[in-house]
Amino acid sequence: MSYDKLVPEPTADTKPFWDALNEGKFRLQRCADCKKIRHYPRPVCDACYSMNAEWVEASGRGTVHSWTVTHHAFHPGFKGDLPYTLLTVDLAEGVRMQAQARGIAQEELKIGLPVKVGFERVKEDLTLPVFEKA
Amino acid sequence: MSLHEAGAVTGVGETKYMRGTDRTPVSLAMEAALNAIADAGLKPTDIDGLIPYGAGAVAEDFVTNFGIPDLRFSATTPMGGASAVASIQCALAAIQAGICKHVLLSLGRTGYSGGRIGTRVQQMPQFRTIGEFEMPSGAIAPPQLYAVMARRHFELYGTTSRQLAEIAVTTRQHAMRNPNATMQRPMTIEDHQASRMISDPFRLLDCSLESDGAAAVVISAPDIAKDLRKRPVLVMGVAEGHPDSPSVITQRPDITTLGLAKAAPKAFAMAGVTHGDIDVAEVYDCFTYIVLCQLEDMGFCKKGEGGPFVENGALGINGGRLPVNTHGGLLSQAHMAGMNHIVELTRQLRGEAAVQVPDAEIGLVTGYGDLGDGSIAIMRRA
Repeated sequence: MSYDKLVPEPTADTKPFWDALNEGKFRLQRCADCKKIRHYPRPVCDACYSMNAEWVEASGRGTVHSWTVTHHAFHPGFKGDLPYTLLTVDLAEGVRMQAQARGIAQEELKIGLPVKVGFERVKEDLTLPVFEKA
Repeated sequence: MSLHEAGAVTGVGETKYMRGTDRTPVSLAMEAALNAIADAGLKPTDIDGLIPYGAGAVAEDFVTNFGIPDLRFSATTPMGGASAVASIQCALAAIQAGICKHVLLSLGRTGYSGGRIGTRVQQMPQFRTIGEFEMPSGAIAPPQLYAVMARRHFELYGTTSRQLAEIAVTTRQHAMRNPNATMQRPMTIEDHQASRMISDPFRLLDCSLESDGAAAVVISAPDIAKDLRKRPVLVMGVAEGHPDSPSVITQRPDITTLGLAKAAPKAFAMAGVTHGDIDVAEVYDCFTYIVLCQLEDMGFCKKGEGGPFVENGALGINGGRLPVNTHGGLLSQAHMAGMNHIVELTRQLRGEAAVQVPDAEIGLVTGYGDLGDGSIAIMRRA
């Protein structure tokens, strides 16, 4: 069956992030001048206004900042996944990321729970990040 | 120079609010606008400024339908649910600059019969970033995107679903006394607790309605306002506020604080009043939690104390603390993106509301939208 969920449409600013996931790597964007990590990817560093960016391998480790467990499909593609947990995570690199949880029971959820990034290839050219228990 | 009393609400109008219609948003918007203009005692051709909300009727539709000979000011305030109240600031700035005299704020939508609000967010350009990075994971609609803010508030401060229920129940009680509110069935705390989970901690009855209808407001120069048909309602203070990381909630340093926290102190300072002076508050209520969070962000209580603040029907017309959303709000009257909140505050301060706060002299109205933008206006009867 073809993949029927929403898919990202990477741009020149964001493509390295998705390319890395497809290679099973988790990379974040960093200012090439002042070295501040930023996420989600964007053209300008808000610390020094440099437009020079580089991509660095990140730890993929973090802790839970907040979450929601969704019981209603707002897009038909997600009906079969219900209920699913969306985690907002403080990454060790000082930025946040949001992704679905894998293998974490609802009663285990708490602020500060350690998690790590996992990789799910959902179709040939798309790998989505997920969060697993660290 | 400040916008303090640089304009007054002189006319308000609505259509009947519905869940189901064959009519177009433009037709609905025209009807509400004509009602607001008549309420002010003006002619449609007196309108020389226009701030329409989002999609639906645009400025050109009003020029064409009303035969406006000389439209001198046209703007939009793209802040989602914060737009309507933010457009008050925009109108006052245009009036004070001498550009125009009568600005019409308009909203008309078929949120129930036309494009459903729940899926609309995907198509909006300001959500490009979450469109790429969060929606593919299944975080698509406002109740999901806002639920993480509420969940963190629950965890940090002990806020509970029953406290959110207090807001839904009180708002419903107001709606049941307002003939132009779509939800007239009684609701108890237990009904709220038994309603199905949408995105934890939001249950169905934490969510606002999808509605068809229109609302409109006329704002006029204060020297002209005093000679119009109704007693003017003066804008004492007004401001908009944008949160950090305005397009992505999950990247915001403090996800329990909204843009309103930046706007509210400016509006109170401009108005020259304090919280104790506020007789009635129409607070944007797309979700119950958003009301609680705004009460904190405005300083009616400290951050984290919103739960206890709303308990025991404290936001009711006779609740003793602060009457909130006396018309039934987005939760139980209709989702008119907060234009209905401005209409209601005006009626409260004129003494002509369906659910009237006795002798209301000063009140406020807020807007919230687009993942965190905020707006606030404080008004008084002239």
